[in-house]
Amino acid sequence: MKKTVIDLLLLENKQLNKDNFLLKLQSPVPVSEIFPGQFVNVEIKNAQEIFLRRPFSVLDVDYKNQTISLLVKILGRGSKKLTESQVGNKISTILPLGKSFTLPNKEDKVLLIGGGSGVAPMLFLAKICGLPTENVHILIGARSSSDHVDIEEYKPYGNFYFTTEDGSLGEKGYVTNHSVFTTNLNQFTKVYTCGPDQMMKAIGRIAIKSDLFCEVSLENMMACGFGVCLCCVEDTKAGHKCVCTDGPVFNVNELKW
Amino acid sequence: MVNLGVKIHNLDLKNPVMTASGTCGFGEEIADFIDLSLLGGIVVKGTTLKHREGNAYPRMAETPSGMLNAVGLQNKGVDNFIANIYPRIKDIDTQIVVNVNGSTIEDYVALTERLNELEKIPAIELNISCPNVKEGGMAFGISCPSAEAVVKAVRAVYSKTLIVKLSPNVTNIADIARAVESQGADSVSLINTLLGMAVNAETRKPVLSTITGGLSGPAIKPIALRMVWQVFNAVKIPVIGMGGIMNATDAIEFMIAGASAVQVGTAIFIDPTIPVKIVDELSTYMERHKIQSVNELIGSLQC
Ligand SMILES: Cc1cc2nc3c(=O)[nH]c(=O)nc-3n(C[C@H](O)[C@H](O)[C@H](O)COP(=O)(O)OP(=O)(O)OC[C@H]3O[C@@H](n4cnc5c(N)ncnc54)[C@H](O)[C@@H]3O)c2cc1C
Ligand SMILES: Cc1cc2nc3c(=O)[nH]c(=O)nc-3n(C[C@H](O)[C@H](O)[C@H](O)COP(=O)(O)O)c2cc1C
Ligand code: FES
Repeated sequence: MKKTVIDLLLLENKQLNKDNFLLKLQSPVPVSEIFPGQFVNVEIKNAQEIFLRRPFSVLDVDYKNQTISLLVKILGRGSKKLTESQVGNKISTILPLGKSFTLPNKEDKVLLIGGGSGVAPMLFLAKICGLPTENVHILIGARSSSDHVDIEEYKPYGNFYFTTEDGSLGEKGYVTNHSVFTTNLNQFTKVYTCGPDQMMKAIGRIAIKSDLFCEVSLENMMACGFGVCLCCVEDTKAGHKCVCTDGPVFNVNELKW
Repeated sequence: MVNLGVKIHNLDLKNPVMTASGTCGFGEEIADFIDLSLLGGIVVKGTTLKHREGNAYPRMAETPSGMLNAVGLQNKGVDNFIANIYPRIKDIDTQIVVNVNGSTIEDYVALTERLNELEKIPAIELNISCPNVKEGGMAFGISCPSAEAVVKAVRAVYSKTLIVKLSPNVTNIADIARAVESQGADSVSLINTLLGMAVNAETRKPVLSTITGGLSGPAIKPIALRMVWQVFNAVKIPVIGMGGIMNATDAIEFMIAGASAVQVGTAIFIDPTIPVKIVDELSTYMERHKIQSVNELIGSLQC
C-alpha cells in the first residue's frame, strides 16, 4: 500500500481510564487497507521540545466512514499532548506503516496477548481474523483494574481473560502466570503478542521452547517510521533489521530472544 | 518562469534542492511520497567498501529542535550497491550522488574506483565527517593534513565531480575547506552532524549505545549557516549547504549565505514531502522578489 502524509480530522477523543484514550480520526480520502500490527506516525503540534513524530498502532479502521482509531496511552510528553487534542483538530499522520501480523488460517486456534497499549493491535486482529469466537482467545494484562482498557465493542470477537498485578481484575500476576497460559498452551496453533518488552520476551521464550508459532510487535524508538533513518533497528539473527519496515511484527524465531 | 538550475562543478542540478545522505535511504524509500525526478539530486546512504552492521541500538535520541543519531554507517557495502541498488535507481531522472566512507585512505580509494565505473553516478560526496564510527570517518575531516591526504588520493582515481563533506567539529572550518580545495575537490558540502550527547537522568545512563552521537535538525541551523558563510568566503569552489533546513525560507537563507545548492536531511523524517515543497516555494519566492535565476541568490548576503 502506498504510504502518504495526510492530515486527519479528530472526530472523537474518549478517555477510557486514567492514562488511556481512544482517538478516532477521519480521513478526507478513502483509507487504504490497513492490517493489525501496522501503525501510523503522528505529528505532535505546538509542543515545545517535541520534534519527532510518535508511532501508534492502528486499533481499528472503518472504511465506510473513512476513520482510523488509535489507543493512546500517556507515557511522556508527546502522548500526553496528543490526548489533549480537541475534536475538530487536524492531526498530521504518515500511514500506513510497517508490516502486519500474519493472519491466521481457518484451522487455527489463536491466543492474543496484549499488555498496556499493546492491546490495540490484538483487538484489531481479533476483530478481522475471521475465526469463530471459540478459536480466538484474548489475554489482557494490566497493573490493576483501573489501568485496564475495557472496550465493550470487541467483546463479541473472542474469549477474554485478564490478569492484574494486584489481582483486582482476573487472575493475579503476569500474563504468563495465567491459567490459560500455564495449563494448556498447546491447544493454540498461533500466539500473537504486543506489549511491554519484558512481557513479550517472557511469552516469546516460552513459545520458542514449546515450538509454538509466535509473533511479537516491537516498539523500538523511531525517528522516521518509513525506513530511511536506520535508528529503530533490532539486532536479529539476520543482523540489524528496521522495526519500522521489516517489522514491527517479527516471528520470535527471528529474534535473539 | 524562473530558472532554478544550478551547477556544482560539472554537475548540473535542475534545482538546488537535494536530499542529504542517511536521511532518504536510496531515494526509493521516499518514492511513495514524492516524485523523485522533481529533486535537484539525491545523496544516497553512506556507503563503505564492506558491509557494516552499524552501532548497537539505541541509536537515536530526540533533543530540543533536533535529534542525535549514532547509526554508524550501517550499509550492505559497495558490491551490494552496484549489484542490487544501482540498477533500480540509476534511471531516476535526477542526479544521484553516492556518499563515500572509509576507515583508511585505501578504503576510500578502492570504493571510489568502483563508483567511477558507474555511468549514472555523476558525483561522489566524500564523507570525512562521520562522527559515529570508531576508525576513519570524522578523523580525516578534523585536521588539514589528513583531509588533504584523503582528498588527494581520491582525486587521483576519480574523474567526475568530487564533493567533500566537511565536519563542523573543528576550530576553523574555512581552513579545512581551503585544504580540500587545494587538493582538487570540486565542491564542499557542509555541515555533517555536530558531536553531542544525551543522558537519562533517571538511570544515569547515556541514551545512545555509543554515548555520543551526531546532532542534526533545526537546532544546528545557525551554526550551519555561519559555517556556510565562512566557507563561501574562503574558497572558490561551490558550497552545498545543509543543517536543519525545514522549509524554503531556511533553504533560501543558506543560498544567501553562500550555498549553491542545499541538502534536506532530518526534515525528511518529519515530512518526506518537504524537499519538493521547498522546490515549489523557492519558485514562488523568486517570482515575488523578481529573481530570474536562482544563481542570483548565491552569496547575495548584504552586509
Ligand atoms: C510500532 C509502534 C507502535 C506503537 N503503538 C502504540 C499504541 O498503539 N498505543 C500507545 O499508546 N503507544 C504505542 N507505541 C508507543 C508510543 O509510540 C510511545 O509511547 C510514544 O512514542 C511515547 O512518546 P512520548 O512523547 O509520550 O514519550 P517521551 O516523552 O518521548 O518518552 C517518555 C518515556 O517513554 C519512553 N519511550 C518513548 N518512546 C518509546 C517507545 N516507542 N517505546 C518504548 N518506550 C518509549 C522514553 O524512553 C521515556 O522514558 C507504539 C510504538 C511503536 C514503535
Ligand atoms: C540518521 C542520520 C544518518 C545520517 N547518515 C549520514 C551518512 O551516512 N553520511 C553522511 O555524510 N551524513 C549522514 N548524516 C548527516 C546528514 O546528511 C546531514 O549532514 C546532517 O544531518 C545535517 O543536516 P540536517 O540537519 O538537515 O539533517 C546523517 C544524519 C542523520 C540524522
Ligand atoms: S524509524 Fe527510521 S528507519 Fe525505522
